[in-house]
Amino acid sequence: MKALVSVKRVVDYNVRIQVKPDGSGVVTDGVKMSMNPFDEIAMEEAVRLKEKGVLTEIIAVTIGGAKCEETLRTALAFGADRAVHVKEEGDIQSLTAAHALAAVFKKEDARLFLLGKQAIDDDANQTGQMVAALLDLPQATFASKVEISGDKAVVTREVDAGLETLEVDLPAVVTADLRLNEPRYLKLPDIMKAKKKPVEALSFADLGVTPSAGLKATRTAPPPSRSKGVMVKTVDELVSSLKQKGLV
Amino acid sequence: MSKILIVGQHADGKLNAGIAKVVAAATKIGGDIDVVVFAEHGADIAAQAAKIEGVSRALHVDRPENAHELSAILAPQLVALMQSGGYSHLLVPGNTFGKDLAPRVAAKLGVQQVSDIMAVHGPTSFDRPIYAGNAILTVEAPATPCVVATVRLASFTAAGEGGRAPVEAASVEAALPSHTRFVKLEQQKSERPDLQSAARVVSGGRALGSSENFDIIYKFADKIGAGVGASRAAVDSGYVPNDMQVGQTGKIIAPELYIAVGISGAIQHLAGIKDARAIVAINKDPEAPIFEVADIGLVGDLFQVLPELTAKL
Repeated sequence: MKALVSVKRVVDYNVRIQVKPDGSGVVTDGVKMSMNPFDEIAMEEAVRLKEKGVLTEIIAVTIGGAKCEETLRTALAFGADRAVHVKEEGDIQSLTAAHALAAVFKKEDARLFLLGKQAIDDDANQTGQMVAALLDLPQATFASKVEISGDKAVVTREVDAGLETLEVDLPAVVTADLRLNEPRYLKLPDIMKAKKKPVEALSFADLGVTPSAGLKATRTAPPPSRSKGVMVKTVDELVSSLKQKGLV
Repeated sequence: MSKILIVGQHADGKLNAGIAKVVAAATKIGGDIDVVVFAEHGADIAAQAAKIEGVSRALHVDRPENAHELSAILAPQLVALMQSGGYSHLLVPGNTFGKDLAPRVAAKLGVQQVSDIMAVHGPTSFDRPIYAGNAILTVEAPATPCVVATVRLASFTAAGEGGRAPVEAASVEAALPSHTRFVKLEQQKSERPDLQSAARVVSGGRALGSSENFDIIYKFADKIGAGVGASRAAVDSGYVPNDMQVGQTGKIIAPELYIAVGISGAIQHLAGIKDARAIVAINKDPEAPIFEVADIGLVGDLFQVLPELTAKL
């Protein structure tokens, strides 16, 4: 069984981002970039499924400019067998990304599409669901456990009320949540091996994809700041401060 | 004029408390506001939606397949309804239900969705958070074919009661897939206020050290009538179940009072509490980032502070 895993290059989760003073966006030049943490979890899940003998081949895919190749090499170091680089520049929003990923999924005749539930830069949480819709496939989002046997997957999802379990027919889309697994540390031999694994470059035109009309960003602003707080030294001071502010 | 459709999420016969907030967001867009309930028997739930101020009509689409509100089952019905009803907007709550459902509908309609609307500037102009809420993006959405959006519940005050909309049974023809089946839902039933909507919330972090130690959080919460949340670290460590997680990828809340106990204040946790009216932090570490956003901070050992605080309040 073939799995397609989508990975995105994003600003590293530890970075304190800065908003450009002219309102045109967030500073990304010279800022540390990494694979989206939720996509790392999706990659790890694919590798574990391959180690269990459920998957026979893992193909990693990313959409973006030349620098995104380093994200694919990370995916290959994790254990993807080969990679597809949809080489396109500019702002690629969820619907356009979904069309491209759906085209790659069909082209590769994969049975499982794995990706993180959201990217930590735009926090959209849409792409997986959109790919499922475009291909008329089941979607099991926010997965914390995935069990595959034969033609079906049983997926436990983290939802507001607790844990929901769904059974879906394959092929299907699964989006990874935080607690699906803990990604492995990549070892130097795997990183070296990854340099030799094949990466195929494709364009939107190769995939028959025309970018969809997207949202126009008119302004990027910092969030409203909170007024400075006070520090208290004892519980008694805390109690009177709470009472004085009418909080209890 | 806008014609807005809102999906009336429900559970155990009750309309989700967030729907009144989605109505509030819709009211800022203006125009007709219809709420649609998908259920096996949805008339009573639609009647609850009809009482929300600003609602024009409360519809219900009844069929056995709608029993568990699965996105794969609801999406084709919503697509049909959006098209036959000529709706200009589809709004859903920005919770796991809405986030799972809306993009599936958006893709079928050929629409780039707007996620987590925080503010409405006009029928197609919205603010939304990016980078865990550390930047706010103002976006202009294409008006056609329609706008599909999830609403960040913490950013809106619920519309009041006093609505008297008509309740109508609607029938929607749509091919429903069989590829997705509900197996079970495991939920913690609690007497405490619901974390997503509680006016006061107390949260515990990894410093609690064990699920047994969380008892001091529960005791304190019960003393002040608060809901209980937790940091990701506490959930990962198994001290509390996942539905208590507050943060960028957990619940985003806006209580009047948020008390963070033994929580360092990572960027991702702060994303979940930025809209709290007042933030109080108790932590052993004076350098903890939580103190940068707290309105009142106390450096101390939570195992001594919390019991003393519980006794003195």
